[in-house]
Amino acid sequence: MKKKSFARLIAIVSVFAALLLVLTGCGNSSKKSSSSSSNNPSSVKQIKKNGTIRIAVFGDLPPYGWVNQDGKRVGYDVTLAHQVAKDLGVKVKFVQVNANNRVDALNSNKVDLVLANFTVTPERKQVIDFAKPYMKVSVGVVSPKSKPITSASQLKGKNVIVTKGTTAETYFTTKQPNTKLLKFDSKTQQFNALKNGRGAALADDNSYLYAWSKDNPKYTVGIKSIGPKSYISPAVKKGNKSLLNWTNKEINKLTKQGFFVKDYNQQLKPYFGKEVKPSDIVLPTK
Amino acid sequence: MDHSGISVLFEGTNFTRLLGGLWVTVKIAGVALILGLILGIVLGVLRTFKNRLLRLILRLYLEFFRIVPTVVLLFLFYYILPKQLNFNLPADQIATLVFALWVGAEMSDIVRGALISVPKHQRESGLAIGLNRYQLYRYVLIPQAITLEIPATINLATRVIKTTSLLMLISVMDVINIGQQIIEANNHTHPTGVFWVYGLIFLFYFLIDYPLSWWAKRLEKRRLERTNG
Repeated sequence: MKKKSFARLIAIVSVFAALLLVLTGCGNSSKKSSSSSSNNPSSVKQIKKNGTIRIAVFGDLPPYGWVNQDGKRVGYDVTLAHQVAKDLGVKVKFVQVNANNRVDALNSNKVDLVLANFTVTPERKQVIDFAKPYMKVSVGVVSPKSKPITSASQLKGKNVIVTKGTTAETYFTTKQPNTKLLKFDSKTQQFNALKNGRGAALADDNSYLYAWSKDNPKYTVGIKSIGPKSYISPAVKKGNKSLLNWTNKEINKLTKQGFFVKDYNQQLKPYFGKEVKPSDIVLPTK
Repeated sequence: MDHSGISVLFEGTNFTRLLGGLWVTVKIAGVALILGLILGIVLGVLRTFKNRLLRLILRLYLEFFRIVPTVVLLFLFYYILPKQLNFNLPADQIATLVFALWVGAEMSDIVRGALISVPKHQRESGLAIGLNRYQLYRYVLIPQAITLEIPATINLATRVIKTTSLLMLISVMDVINIGQQIIEANNHTHPTGVFWVYGLIFLFYFLIDYPLSWWAKRLEKRRLERTNG
């Protein structure tokens, strides 16, 4: 009896030892791979050579990145993605991502560029590189019209619904520790949770909440802007100077051409309604 | 604007897209099961051998895939390992690989269990009539083990098919992922669409899994009839 449990203990310990070995192995080789980044698979040259650019977009976030009933990807980000590919002279291959695997998708070379409503934060800047912004937003809070939440103090001790990996999650975790967060994996899940009454309110980017509350008239964006204003930018893998510089130039060019206002009117306006103007979302020409 | 949620399913190409997603799900689960079963049978046989080192390694392999949750395995193989080892496979191939390795691990334990539960006199009789090890497994142990392992194997298969719903996390366009796209795209016109889309997905999974578990039950019953007369 004793002997048996001892053998089991050894087995368990050795499994953990093996795991540790695997993990430390990873750590070591990661240093090597980052130092030898000369053959960058996502450089402009390489993308042109391949003839395709792999762009990460959302698949369930109208009006930014979603799929219409004909099975086509459309939205504000997707229109930008098509323009980027056109200006690079390559085909575009979309990779659908969730909010919390956008960074991993870049870092493991699954995609060249992320155009998925990606808000710039200091934490994210440490692990990936952001290009110039093409949109501005801040965190908003949506709640049922029957029990509206209009100030942050009302949320004390209540459940607030967020999606993992979003700016709203970070803001509430660090700045509003008195609230209880209910975290979900996808946009679909978070809105279902709000509809099922699992939380008093839901926090996400305000522009997106305007759109959602327009379609769901029982809910209202009680807090229009909470926390600092933030920007939405294309993102590339850390250290990918080649594509970063190209994207910066591209954003400047498109902003000057009024591409984003056009994109706004085409993709976002039908969703946001009259209370939001293009200048609330699109950045001005400098 | 009298929209009933069910019409979401038949608008545009929605229904064929869902079927396409289901095909991806079935393909990944099917290929993974075939590869995993072959791997599992080989490993299961090896695990009944006396060599201690071999058994330890295979045991570690089994425990690793059994203890680590499938979500973690998918992330490990899709995001972390490619970065370190510099290989890059598409998401559906990674998914097939992970599921095959997982099935292989679980299957090796099922096969090992079935092989050692073949009555001892069978093995000894085999050896007594001068069979070598290959012949012993080929003609005596494996044929008798198969009937013992079939119900557990089918059980494993239904589990694998259900677990494919995790694949949306690594950007595989499986039936759940496409379902979510459709729900979100139609949320403003069909607020009740979510019920119908998930309902249909439930029906899809049920139609695949139920026949399997019915089959498992029937085989088990037949086996009991045969052994107990």
